[in-house]
Amino acid sequence: MKFSLSWLKTWLDTDASLEDITTTLSAIGLEVEGVENKADTLRPFLIAEILEATRHPNADKLQACRVSASGAELSVVCGAPNARTGLKVVLAPVGAVIPVNGMVLKAGEIRGVKSEGMLTSYRELGLGEDHEGIIELPADAPVGAHFAQWAGLDEPVIEIAVTPNRGDALSVRGIARDLAAAGLGRLKPFTAPDVKAEGSPPIIWKNECQEACPWILGRTVRGVKNGQSPDWLKQRLESIGLRPINTLVDITNFFTFDLGRPLHVFDVNKINGSTLTLRHGIPGESFLGLHGKEVKPGEHDCVIADAAGPQSLAGITGGEATGTDEATTDVFIECALFDRVKIAQTGQRTGIFSDARQRFERGIDSQLLPEALDAATAMVIALCGGTASEVTEAGQRPEWNRAAKLRFARLQSFGGSDITAPEAVAALERLGFVVQEEDAESVTVAVPSWRNDVAQPQALDQAPGLPHAQAAAEGAAAIEPEVDLIEEVLRLKGLDAIQPVSLPVQGLIQPPILTAKQVRTSLARRTLAARGMLECVTFSFVDDSSCALFGGGAEGLRLANPIAADLNQMRPTPLVTLAQAAARNIARGLPDFGLFEIGPAYSDAKSQALVAAGLRCGATPLSAISPARAYDALDAKADAIAVLSALGVPMDAITTAHGTPDYYHPGQSGALMQGPKTMLARFGALHPSLCQKLDLPPGSVAFEIFLDTIAEPKRRKKSAPALPPFQPLRRDFAFLVDENSGAEAVLRAIKGAERNLITGVTLFDRYQGKGVPEGQVSLAIAVTLQPADKSLTDAEIEAVCTKIIAEAGKKTGATLRG
Amino acid sequence: MTNMLADELNNIRQGALPAIAAADAASLEELRVSLMGKTGSVTQLLKSLGTMEAEARKAAGAEINQLKTEITECLAARRAVLDAAALEARLAAERLDVTQPPRPEPAGAIHPLSRTMEEIAAIFSAMGFAIKDGPDIESDWHNFSALNIPGHHPARAMMDTFYLTGGEVLRTHTSPVQIRTLLNEQPPIRIIVPGRTFRSDHDATHSPMFHQCEGLVVGEGITLGHLKGCLTDFLSAYFDVPSLPVRLRSSYFPFTEPSMEVDIGWNKKTGEIGGGTDWLEIGGSGMVHPNVLANCGIDPRQYQGFAFGVGLERLTMLKHGIADLRLFYESDVRWLRHYGFSPLAPATLHEGF
Repeated sequence: MKFSLSWLKTWLDTDASLEDITTTLSAIGLEVEGVENKADTLRPFLIAEILEATRHPNADKLQACRVSASGAELSVVCGAPNARTGLKVVLAPVGAVIPVNGMVLKAGEIRGVKSEGMLTSYRELGLGEDHEGIIELPADAPVGAHFAQWAGLDEPVIEIAVTPNRGDALSVRGIARDLAAAGLGRLKPFTAPDVKAEGSPPIIWKNECQEACPWILGRTVRGVKNGQSPDWLKQRLESIGLRPINTLVDITNFFTFDLGRPLHVFDVNKINGSTLTLRHGIPGESFLGLHGKEVKPGEHDCVIADAAGPQSLAGITGGEATGTDEATTDVFIECALFDRVKIAQTGQRTGIFSDARQRFERGIDSQLLPEALDAATAMVIALCGGTASEVTEAGQRPEWNRAAKLRFARLQSFGGSDITAPEAVAALERLGFVVQEEDAESVTVAVPSWRNDVAQPQALDQAPGLPHAQAAAEGAAAIEPEVDLIEEVLRLKGLDAIQPVSLPVQGLIQPPILTAKQVRTSLARRTLAARGMLECVTFSFVDDSSCALFGGGAEGLRLANPIAADLNQMRPTPLVTLAQAAARNIARGLPDFGLFEIGPAYSDAKSQALVAAGLRCGATPLSAISPARAYDALDAKADAIAVLSALGVPMDAITTAHGTPDYYHPGQSGALMQGPKTMLARFGALHPSLCQKLDLPPGSVAFEIFLDTIAEPKRRKKSAPALPPFQPLRRDFAFLVDENSGAEAVLRAIKGAERNLITGVTLFDRYQGKGVPEGQVSLAIAVTLQPADKSLTDAEIEAVCTKIIAEAGKKTGATLRG
Repeated sequence: MTNMLADELNNIRQGALPAIAAADAASLEELRVSLMGKTGSVTQLLKSLGTMEAEARKAAGAEINQLKTEITECLAARRAVLDAAALEARLAAERLDVTQPPRPEPAGAIHPLSRTMEEIAAIFSAMGFAIKDGPDIESDWHNFSALNIPGHHPARAMMDTFYLTGGEVLRTHTSPVQIRTLLNEQPPIRIIVPGRTFRSDHDATHSPMFHQCEGLVVGEGITLGHLKGCLTDFLSAYFDVPSLPVRLRSSYFPFTEPSMEVDIGWNKKTGEIGGGTDWLEIGGSGMVHPNVLANCGIDPRQYQGFAFGVGLERLTMLKHGIADLRLFYESDVRWLRHYGFSPLAPATLHEGF
């Protein structure tokens, strides 16, 4: 919402400075978004006259103009079709900065004709979207004068953000009222003028849409002369970026902003028949809206139709066919009260934004209709002449008797404020609330009709099956209007005065607050970062084809309205976006890194899992003393195991299974299982064809740890450790096993051979080749024996070794290498 | 003692001592054997004592032992010199280029957003808050209706909501977790909810995915004064500015009443938080709307409270002087290394941050 300072002062009697006004506006909830003085940017632009416009000798679409601005005569080449001899125009002299694009105007020659300036359009000056041609000023515009000053643009224009609850603040008068209530002056009274009405209305309302339009008024004014508006009116509209159209339309726009009262005017002679009917739209019908586009109302929308069909989308936009123009002699003024919800719904359905819609859907003053219609009629007659008919009306004035009660103690016990009862009552009265009852404890006030956000009818949407639903609803109904009043009192004065009070805590030391899952998340994050990986945060949505590569793409996880085609699907695993992040780094020429993310994986609209995913590309760092090597699947396994281990998962119980999704290399990946069913993590090299599609180097490795599946570690005290005084001893074995059977089984078998004695089993070499039979692999394994209560004799050691060999053979078919 | 013996002792002494002093490691050992070995000259002399008369033996014994001691000491002294030289030579040979880099260990880092969440958790834990999370994909009711935003409400248009084809929404704020908590727990409630949020907006200062942290306090006797106190305590601790100016400015959110924007004092030119005379918007807040409580079955006559929401990216950018929002999600390893945090220095109140 924009307004100029002078417009504000038509309603607000004040000496306050511009700074006081803007500071106060922001403090009371009408946040100032900007203050602009158009004259600052338009300073160089002058009013000029085209002394002669002739066709450019070398260009069909250009004209060579002789232009007079401040005495001197200039030659200007102009491309606008409306440049013509005698026209008063706005000249940008050499050196001027064109507001719309920041271009500095230079003197030049266009196809052989000197051009010493530019004739400008509204759009080029940042005054609107009109780019049809250059600005046409009236014949009496003073040549040589500064355009901005002449146009009344040399004053501050304030733009505020109006929150959805404050329909009343979408009017200059409403803003003035708030400022007056905040102590910045006095609100000037509004009194509707008396309109002398003659004759019965030639156009009448018929209302078949009571629920969308409870009350509508209209009046015909015959014998008007439409044309350009007087300067003061054009300046008002131009100051806030509205283009003057014709006097009748300008008057409706003026009241839309001045009183927050949207109006619409029909050209009576273009209406088919003598009845305007409010009815539901009929699928298939359409009309050309005033915004220049086809409007296709549906059966849930309310239209205003004449005998020929719909002419207006009620409360949102009028139609071109029945609009007024310079030839209009009889005008019908519509002044309606439309239902907020219906307007909002139609607005959302049709996607049409208009100043009228903005006000109706926030709610207008439901009681102001007759006065506003009289004010508009009076202005039409004053500016265009004519005689007014009686008013036609459909529906009736809606009841307005809202009241709200404020218990003064609540200002402190809810609002934390020291504002006194008299201060509170005075603030409410300045806002237009009327005291109905007052005593020492409380005040009851009538709510003004322009504040339909206060003490609204209750609209709850309670969860089903609540045990105390009824009491809660009654409680809200009892409390809500009072809270509205507290808000009004506090916003005008009290927010800065409220004393901050620290929340009381029980005891000095607070117990830990993180849930087990939150602790797991933190530990996993620290573990992976400590292993040299960089934490990323990537988007939850990504393109569907990348999702498909990772097994995603479920229809239920597709965005209906993605912001971009490549952000249209919820990811099945953070690996999708991590892989893209990795590819971006590769493309930057940064080939070696580890990335991880702890974030959501989506499997359907109802389930979301927390996954710690990581990806390593390239090789370990170059070094003179430790040769670089490519990361491999077992690095990813190490990452996964490090996290599981940090989270307290008993590692003895973890087995590695084959079988991973297609995006992993089938021969270089595995799943870490706890028991036969619970998969805690997956790891492996990414599938080479996936790497190729995603521009990742082949051999990139990844892991996914499913944090939700990890059980909370048992928090019991550890038993005392066995610390026997005897030295451990090591025996090495070399086993031959089938090359397709895994080392894990052999290690596990050995460990199980003598649980009380064997404390370590380490694979330290894998060998295939000369000396090892085809199809087999030699595993060199170091076994640590820790005697518990006495040193072992040679015979005992021999017995353990025999048992180890036997167990390995029995469980895995391994044989001792000869 | 005979002169002959004396001459012999003298000869040995004259011969041995300079030889020892000049010996290298190998010849020193040869000298030791030739003098002190089983058949060495000194040993032979000692053996000859047995053939002597008692008187003579006593005198000769003393003389021979004197020589033996001299030679032994001389051998030891020479050996020490040779050992020292050998050690020196070995040390010189074992020299390592200590200026060269050690074995590289790539350093990992924690994302600045995670760091901010950790710091916030530490601060609010001291105020007795729990941390909640909830799903990113929400029902319309949880994201809007329960929060007093009915279907036609103009506020919905402000939210730029993403919808899934099945009709669910990507939560536009972390506020649905307020609803989940109010439905499942009895007051008193103190929670914060950090998490992912989504709005259809993408430019230099907006990302379609971003992070919010919601706060909710509901109990008996919770006032707007507590709201102001809680936010002041939080923001002062987070920015480490003890008397950070905090200002509440009237605004509107459907789920709170009164609603207020939260501003902190800063210096627009230098970016210094707490300095200067400018104000910077940092989040939204308000007293929980009675309808929100009632929608969750809580009687607003008995319980009242406040809620607030802050943007985590914004808090992070302000604290660390990060200029470009988009780089948070770009995963450029150079940026991550530059702004990331060490995993070994987690955010704790007692260490400070």
